[in-house]
Amino acid sequence: MTFLDQAFVYLSAAVVAVPVARRLGLGSVLGYLIAGAAIGPYALGFVGAEGQDVLHFAEFGVVMMLFLVGLELEPATLWRLRTPILGLGGAQVALCAAALGGLAWLLGIEPRAALAIGLTLAMSSTAIVLQSFAEKGLSKTAAGQSAFAVLLFQDIAVIPMLALFPLLAPRQHGGSAAEAEHAATWVGHLPAWGQTLAVLVAVAAVVAAGRFLVAPALRAIARTGLREMFTAAALLLVIGIALLMQKVGLSPALGTFLAGVVLATSEYRHELESDIEPFKGLLLGLFFIAVGASIDFALVAARPAFVAGLVAALLLAKLLVLLALGRGFGLATDQALLFAFALPQVGEFAFVLLAFATRLGLLSGELPAALSAAVALSMAATPLLFLACERLLLPRLGTRESAPREADAVDEEHAVVIAGFGRFGQSVGRLLRAQGLGATVLDNDSDRVELLRRLGFKVFYGDASRLDLLHAAGAARAKLLVLALDAPERVVEMAREARRHFPQLTILARAEDREDAYQLLDAGVTHVYRETLDASLRMGADVLRLLGVRAYHAQRAARTFLRHDEESVRRMAPLRGDRAEYWSYARERIEDLERVLQRDREQPELSRDAGWDAESLREDANRGTLTAPPAGGEAR
Amino acid sequence: MARVLLLFAHPALEKSRVNRPLAEVARASGVTFHDLYEAYPDFDVDVGAEQQRLLDHDVLVFQHPFYWYQPPALVKQWLDLVLEHGWAYGTGGTALRGKRWLHAITTGGREAAYAREGFNRFSVRELLAPLEQTARLCGAEFLAPFVVHGTHRLDADGIAAAAREYGALLAALREERVEFAAAAGAARLNADVSAVVRP
Repeated sequence: MTFLDQAFVYLSAAVVAVPVARRLGLGSVLGYLIAGAAIGPYALGFVGAEGQDVLHFAEFGVVMMLFLVGLELEPATLWRLRTPILGLGGAQVALCAAALGGLAWLLGIEPRAALAIGLTLAMSSTAIVLQSFAEKGLSKTAAGQSAFAVLLFQDIAVIPMLALFPLLAPRQHGGSAAEAEHAATWVGHLPAWGQTLAVLVAVAAVVAAGRFLVAPALRAIARTGLREMFTAAALLLVIGIALLMQKVGLSPALGTFLAGVVLATSEYRHELESDIEPFKGLLLGLFFIAVGASIDFALVAARPAFVAGLVAALLLAKLLVLLALGRGFGLATDQALLFAFALPQVGEFAFVLLAFATRLGLLSGELPAALSAAVALSMAATPLLFLACERLLLPRLGTRESAPREADAVDEEHAVVIAGFGRFGQSVGRLLRAQGLGATVLDNDSDRVELLRRLGFKVFYGDASRLDLLHAAGAARAKLLVLALDAPERVVEMAREARRHFPQLTILARAEDREDAYQLLDAGVTHVYRETLDASLRMGADVLRLLGVRAYHAQRAARTFLRHDEESVRRMAPLRGDRAEYWSYARERIEDLERVLQRDREQPELSRDAGWDAESLREDANRGTLTAPPAGGEAR
Repeated sequence: MARVLLLFAHPALEKSRVNRPLAEVARASGVTFHDLYEAYPDFDVDVGAEQQRLLDHDVLVFQHPFYWYQPPALVKQWLDLVLEHGWAYGTGGTALRGKRWLHAITTGGREAAYAREGFNRFSVRELLAPLEQTARLCGAEFLAPFVVHGTHRLDADGIAAAAREYGALLAALREERVEFAAAAGAARLNADVSAVVRP
């Protein structure tokens, strides 16, 4: 197949399978895996042996992802996470490797190969887990943070593992393969201390370059005004670091992660992020497709019980270890469950490690193929496990969805249900409370839920957009529903659902921007609050004041503006025309802004305070026409 | 049938004992009830809408408590902004010509206190002089105020009686049974209702 043929096959598989998988609530990763399996040698057969090459190529997506993870992570955050990274992460890798290696050994695999298998299978999938947490909006929870720490440790631990495997390999094989691997680096011929020194120098170089070299270089490139040059520079940066790391025998993923952390505090953080993001997304997608295509379904079909047992044993062992660790490191039951159910799959690094171990002769026979299939299947199981945990386990264990009722307390029905108790919902809830009014709160941050319950709030834990939870919270009898979630698309979706199922509810919804507001208005919500509008207009009023405008005038100007703007949103919502007219969201935004600015200009009444304006009165007085009407008015 | 606009202004209705029952009566009486503090909590009076509302009515009733011998602040803001020069008064300012203008007021002190020798030295009608003159400058006819005196000492029966009386007055205004000449001259509209309202 030519390059274009291949690209066509991969892209069309992705474009078909991923949206379908998302629609079914399975997550994009599973979608890619299914797409891969579909075009793989055992289904449609579009992809053959070259799938392996694609896999190696696409591994670079993982490198890019770690660069982005690093960018999101300022050094201070990293330092704050050092205990969970080293403690929790170290314990996870050690215990999982011991458990799985032990299991392999008990099954009769020789100890050194068993250790390699244990270490390989201890890895979890950074790509799947981080994406799943992000998709579900759980990244900031205790479970999300702990999982992140563990994944980070694993990514770092790959490096010593790659160094360890050649030592485990039987002499006759290991020597040659490991040396070949090693000779490809610049440092292979150096003595051990020299290699260590080279590694340290390389790391120092990355840090120093990130600090002192990259920012000025990017600034110079940005000044050319050529957008694609910036993208090229960003890619060059990532690829360059990856190459350097390979040459000194370190993991490229670790190197780019480090560079990301260093650049996290630079002013180009967001530029870099948005430039690398699409490449990362595509490459990771490609990676998962390749993984899907490389699943040996012939083997699975020939020995289904063996492979299924392998997957089940693997998941169960990791799950138990993770659960114990979660509890041991002080996570609440539900957070520990979430943590354990997020990480039991084996990660993408396992494919790298398995390939390496096979080349070294550590593993042989059908074991590598069986393990590869098991790894891929365990990845595929992740979204299902997540779903099972969320729907079946969490409602029963840990932070309950319904507030525990005290026997003697009257179970008061509140008139207000607040969905989402983050920054926005909090203010609403606190204001109500200050006025002595209660509200029923829905939130999916279990730590916050526990706290609120201690303080006497009636709180339901869980995904507020679920209909059954709304029912449990008494939405059918409430008067008002406050939608204060920080995910605009979910607010819109929830508003539609709530209007359909609880027509008596008056809905007050938080919107991110005008586009959101339009959608909410379209959905029939009349009370729409754009989250930054009031604050930005207060700031605008202060700008006016600092320019010397009198306080009352400035404040009235801002409020008048707010009123007119609200009105214009309402007027323009139905006038937006066919959304298909716009070929992009950005285009639509710009046209919307144009209309808004146009309208502002056509509003001469934006400050109509003529009652305080003595201009016409003065003219009248000077003409001598200011007289009282006849007594009693003319009607007489 | 006269079109009666009731401009209601009370900044703390939840604390009110007398104005609230009066307002309830007014709301049910078929007049246009316009709650100013509810419409403009931030004092940003919508001038255009208010002017249109005035044009649509024949009788304006301002119902409010009496704080420091004056209506609450929003009424003043409303007057300042809505009664524009060239619209309500001055050249071309004829919008309110011939309309009737009346205040419905509650005071804590008794009627005896609102007298030359009393604690407050002026009658309510006298204290309303700036408003009377405002109405006059706009060409509207200022009627004597409807005053419920001594609200501090009013019991439930007294409040109910005042509310009944108020309801009757609003009905008479709608049904054009008010003797405007008598109403304009009185000190207090409800001092002797039979003198002002035809049965």
